[in-house]
Amino acid sequence: MDLSAINPVLFVAGFLVAATPLIFAALGELVVERSGVLNLGVEGMMIIGAICGFAAAVETGSPLLGFFAAAVGGAVLSLLFAFLTQITLANQVASGLALTLFGLGFSALLGQRYVGIKPPRLPEVNFGPLHDIPVLGPVLFSHDIILYLGLALVVAVWAGLKFTRAGLVLRAVGESHDAAHALGYKVVRIRTLAIMFGGACAGLGGAYISLIRVPQWTEGMTAGVGWIALALVVFASWKPWRLLLGAYLFGGITQLQLNLQGAGVAIPVEYLAMSPYVITILVLVVLSADKNAAPASLGRTFHASN
Amino acid sequence: MVRLEKRPQPSRAFSWAAPVLAVVATMIFGGLLFAALGKDPVASIETIFWEPLFGDFAFYYRPQLLIKGAPLVLIAIGLSLGFKAGIWNIGAEGQYIMGAIFGAAAGLAFYPEQSVFIFPLMVVAGAFGGWLWAMIPAVLRVKFGTNEILVSLMLVYVAEQFLASVSLGLLKNPEGFGFPGSRNLQQYASAHNGELIAGSGMHWGVVAALIAVIFAYVLLTRHRLGFAIRVTGQAPKAARFSGVNPTRLVLFCMGVSGLLAGLAGLFEVAGPAGQITIDFNVGYGFTAIIVAFLGRLHPVGILLAGGLLALTYIGGDIAQSQLGLPAAAIQVFQGMLLFFLLAFDLFTQFRLRFGQAEVI
Repeated sequence: MDLSAINPVLFVAGFLVAATPLIFAALGELVVERSGVLNLGVEGMMIIGAICGFAAAVETGSPLLGFFAAAVGGAVLSLLFAFLTQITLANQVASGLALTLFGLGFSALLGQRYVGIKPPRLPEVNFGPLHDIPVLGPVLFSHDIILYLGLALVVAVWAGLKFTRAGLVLRAVGESHDAAHALGYKVVRIRTLAIMFGGACAGLGGAYISLIRVPQWTEGMTAGVGWIALALVVFASWKPWRLLLGAYLFGGITQLQLNLQGAGVAIPVEYLAMSPYVITILVLVVLSADKNAAPASLGRTFHASN
Repeated sequence: MVRLEKRPQPSRAFSWAAPVLAVVATMIFGGLLFAALGKDPVASIETIFWEPLFGDFAFYYRPQLLIKGAPLVLIAIGLSLGFKAGIWNIGAEGQYIMGAIFGAAAGLAFYPEQSVFIFPLMVVAGAFGGWLWAMIPAVLRVKFGTNEILVSLMLVYVAEQFLASVSLGLLKNPEGFGFPGSRNLQQYASAHNGELIAGSGMHWGVVAALIAVIFAYVLLTRHRLGFAIRVTGQAPKAARFSGVNPTRLVLFCMGVSGLLAGLAGLFEVAGPAGQITIDFNVGYGFTAIIVAFLGRLHPVGILLAGGLLALTYIGGDIAQSQLGLPAAAIQVFQGMLLFFLLAFDLFTQFRLRFGQAEVI
């Protein structure tokens, strides 16, 4: 075993990248859940985003257009979920599972022609002299624009939920849809918009995996990141800042186990590869005491007649 | 103007019509999908639903129906008990894998001894493996209130890694020329889950699935525990007042579903699959979720739905080889089925009213 093979600077830079898909997906789900909807289809929307983004980037040659397509793809798929749960009032757990199963199949179908292709690379943001600062430069200032967009989105969601009227309405719908309805807010419309936002974010997260983190297309490549994102929302007690912390924690673990695999640690590869999932379970156990933080209407179906 | 009005009673007729409508809608939209892929839609649908049952080679495909249907029904019966009570075990795939590993390991431990006790022992070990894997989310939910959906799903990924580990290490065939995978249980008479009637596809897994259907039917309609499950799902508060112990219910539902999934895994690995390999599991644990919902969480419905989904697997394979239909198209097809079912289910609880709403 040779731990010195792990370069700390590259490690930190790497885990910022590993955390970004989680930040996007979990942040989108956080907004959805704050509006009182539990969408278990994150994994499905992510994988659809991954292939839509990949295909668009390859066809147009522009990674940014790829990310745009990924957001659109995720949002369109989430509309299916919105239709099922908001219009036809289907069970949210079942609908979310359906979305994941459908998304995994559909992405495999779309992605047949894209196996083994390299996508165009998204250039690093040019920070000029900042990039040349030792240690800090490669860690903080040598990433692509989407990574910084993810961080900006955390701030935006936090501020949006806390300080804006729209955020207040969203939280009101999530806490008590009946009261919000009585006040004249369009519960279904607000929730549909939140679901679409969640879908777009999950799509971006998926595309970040297929375009930047890996970067290539393989079937089922999100490998449970969408589910970890769901766990992360619980971990974060539905608060954006804690979510960022959690995403870095999981990004760090993922990156660490990959580096340990590379360094040839005596632990078998399979046991290292299962560690992010095991740790997710442990974290869920430790934090499940904090149930009161959940939006009160989470997972409940709303119909004006009730 | 069209609006939805809640029915005073859920419509029983529509509760059973919804799956049929969902299948019809899936055939139509699936056909459109196949047409978009450049395949003849009518021929594709016919290949999937007609060919395995009544085609020229039906004698070969009909036994497959039992082989593919048995694990689906077995797993879905277990899941349906929990789903009815609002206990969401969606990690059946992991329990299926663990059942297969435990069962195969129990059998391989005795290799090359021959004894009639080896197969029953494997069945017990397989059931235990699945049960044990399901107990993790169950106990965590009961003790710490942890969300069983996420935990059971995370454990699928853990089980998949464990499967990779044992097929490369612990259970690897010492005479396998270095290839990953265990000894082939089909060549080990005492451990082989062979056909009970030659050429019928009937193996112990099919028998177990039929027993599970009857067991679930009796449990739900005749037993106090079945009553507890149904009441908990419909009105949790009423269930508490009527003396239902939620802790025991969670442990029971998760335990039974894990046990049945483990059995399905064991019967598969000792029979049709033959050996533990890195990717011997083909997603029955997830497809069984569709089966459970399509069967209305009712044992008899699940039996029918299991047959239908088995048909899509077999027909999908035929369509793949004859028409070049991609394997993923069948997965999409199965996903669509669940979508349409959930959508049509609206009319079980609600009905459409035309015209202006009355002013009250």
